[in-house]
Amino acid sequence: MDLDMNVNAPHSMGTTIIGVTYNGGVVLGADSRTSTGMYVANRASDKITQLTDNVNVCRSGSAADSQIVSDYVRYFLHQHTIQLGQPATVKVAANLIRLLSYNNKNMLQTGLIVGGWDKYEGGKIYGIPLGGTLIEQPFAIGGSGSSYLYGFFDQAWKEGMTKEEAEQLVVKAVSLAIARDGASGGVVRTVVINSDGVTRNFYPGDKLQLWHDELEPQHSLLDILNAPSPEPMNI
Amino acid sequence: MNFMASKQPENSLLGPESDSQRTLYPYVTGTSVVALKYKDGILMAADMGGSYGSTLRYKSVERMKPIGKHSLLGASGEISDFQEILRYLDELILYDNMWDDGNSLGPKEVHNYLTRVMYNRRNKFNPLWNSLVLGGVKNGQKYLGTVSMIGVNFEDNHVATGFGNHLARPILRQEWHENLSFEDGVRLLEKCMRVLLYRDRSAVNKLQIAKITEDGVTISQPYSLKTYWEFSAFENPAQGAIGSW
Repeated sequence: MDLDMNVNAPHSMGTTIIGVTYNGGVVLGADSRTSTGMYVANRASDKITQLTDNVNVCRSGSAADSQIVSDYVRYFLHQHTIQLGQPATVKVAANLIRLLSYNNKNMLQTGLIVGGWDKYEGGKIYGIPLGGTLIEQPFAIGGSGSSYLYGFFDQAWKEGMTKEEAEQLVVKAVSLAIARDGASGGVVRTVVINSDGVTRNFYPGDKLQLWHDELEPQHSLLDILNAPSPEPMNI
Repeated sequence: MNFMASKQPENSLLGPESDSQRTLYPYVTGTSVVALKYKDGILMAADMGGSYGSTLRYKSVERMKPIGKHSLLGASGEISDFQEILRYLDELILYDNMWDDGNSLGPKEVHNYLTRVMYNRRNKFNPLWNSLVLGGVKNGQKYLGTVSMIGVNFEDNHVATGFGNHLARPILRQEWHENLSFEDGVRLLEKCMRVLLYRDRSAVNKLQIAKITEDGVTISQPYSLKTYWEFSAFENPAQGAIGSW
């Protein structure tokens, strides 16, 4: 068994990230696990990062690379907003991410999902995988945990969902990925962006629905052993 | 007449040509096993996960099994190799019973047997890819030992495999003492298993705790642990430094 923990392994956000559009805006979702090799360096990370008041980005892959890219884009967007005199559009934010990802493709290892709302196009999701392809999608999934969600989304995704339906879909999906991907875990964070603004939500690991082969959590085995015997059946 | 094509026997003397049976890397693996000595015997805990690389593929794998009357074996690493070891031990116990002489193999003997098996396989560059924990009680004597895939073996008051060595042993060094009660032993193991659940990527939230005393082996039903996520720092960690984690 490999006892060498390799603390010098790059901090990677194994991750499950999701972005979904609905009739009025977008919902972004992510897990909260950051790992160094097999060790969970942070069990409550925040992988959904603000770029502007109306645009956020979900980060996956190398923690360092995704942080530095989002830092640069936040900086450029800030200047752009001042020069433009109004909020930046989601498309501009996504394209700035694309430029950095594409022009540094040999060095970067990060997949990003940009989501936001602007007055021209409404809610929009852009996926920017490794290599720097820009792709506008009604929904996007990314990170190692997304492998387990392709079938799920093929079946469960519907056009024109409400805000509540979209958020429930995202929470369910991240939770399903956490159940099967060792590199994803912790809590589910969501960010809802629409014309009214930005709302952040937090779903702790123990509040999520139980899936196949999972059991109701207990405080201790002692509680189970000391539980009273069930009543005998009365015919 | 012989219709079957000739096949290399398993432990052939032909050397390198017959190493089609080597385990070069593990496929389905179990993570940490943690065990400690307490007042009446040994307590051992292991989760029920069988990972396939980074996929949490199987969630009901029993990684602790009773051996004979006096021992309990817990394993981490390749599950198929663990199953093979159980077959070897089955044969060992069978032959021991066939003597019908009133004597039975105790945990110390089983541990020694396992050590020889693991070390000899290592010498042939064909290891059984496991870290084993062997605990038991015989004639009032408590025994707790461990063997690794390269044959490193020792006994102690508390042992662990894999990540358990890094995360659980420090807790045990601090809080273990002689003559722990059953309740305290269980709580201590659960404390270790909860930390492993938070910090080991391959951990799964379903575990069993096994007890072995002079009277025999009991393995608990599978159950899950409650986890805590309500620290205020967890709610909005990036508030003070946007773009960080």
